[in-house]
Amino acid sequence: MDDTELLARLLGGDEQAFTELVERYHSTLVKIARYYVGSSASAQDVAQETWIAVMRGVEHFEGRSSFKTWLLRICVNRARTLGVKEHRSIPVDTNESGPSVSAHRFDQGGLWSEPPVPFTDAVDARIDRSHLVAEVHGAIRSLGEPQRAVVTLRDVEGLTTQEVAELLTLSEANVRVILHRGRARVRSIVEEAAKGTKP
Amino acid sequence: MKLMPSALVCRDAVELVNDYLDHTLSRGDRRRLEKHLARCDACHAYLDQMRAIIAAGGTVSPDDLAPETVEGLVQLFRRFHSDS
Ligand SMILES: [Zn+2]
Repeated sequence: MDDTELLARLLGGDEQAFTELVERYHSTLVKIARYYVGSSASAQDVAQETWIAVMRGVEHFEGRSSFKTWLLRICVNRARTLGVKEHRSIPVDTNESGPSVSAHRFDQGGLWSEPPVPFTDAVDARIDRSHLVAEVHGAIRSLGEPQRAVVTLRDVEGLTTQEVAELLTLSEANVRVILHRGRARVRSIVEEAAKGTKP
Repeated sequence: MKLMPSALVCRDAVELVNDYLDHTLSRGDRRRLEKHLARCDACHAYLDQMRAIIAAGGTVSPDDLAPETVEGLVQLFRRFHSDS
């Protein structure tokens, strides 16, 4: 059943529909709220308030965006308000323009002197794949903001650059730069781990 | 062999990979990068790793949603509907 239909049922009092939407989106709400507020507990509160707003029907879904973007926007508006109350400053891109790959990996001419270390061992590709998924998710969680929020929304939640920019009030160009750095950082974390497990 | 003036070195090629994957590179840069990738195994490996990272990120991990959290919200939903 699609989100819009579930929403209609929810507004009619269907508990099963509500549960289904909670299971689909609650953890996404908590993740995005965490970008604006000071603690996980506050993020949980914001996510809960978002559901209350939805069940009360205070915000109308008009189908101009996807249900998910609409829901996230309600959450972001509440999270922002709470963030202001908590005097939490929104993480800004510090514009540290470090390279994607650390400089010592290249020779003087700019060619690789230490090429990328393979993540996967072709012999056991299937086990390695689920292992890689876990490593990547762990690496994303370890990123600082705003990289974590951008990489999570873009790569984990599958939002477009434009949607991410809108939700985080960043420019699209900025989202691209942050995403670039965040992904590069994830790659180097995963590579470090791969190095450690290889003889 | 004479290098073309605009030929990329690896250090610069890796900086273009992300925009390449998101299809936001200019046509000129895309050509330069593709030319480089065609003859550089290490940068090609780098590209494959970035692809793998993005695919793995989008692979949904079993959700870390606690049953108590869901139960708490459902309680709220019931209360709301019994009040109204
Ligand atoms: Zn190269």
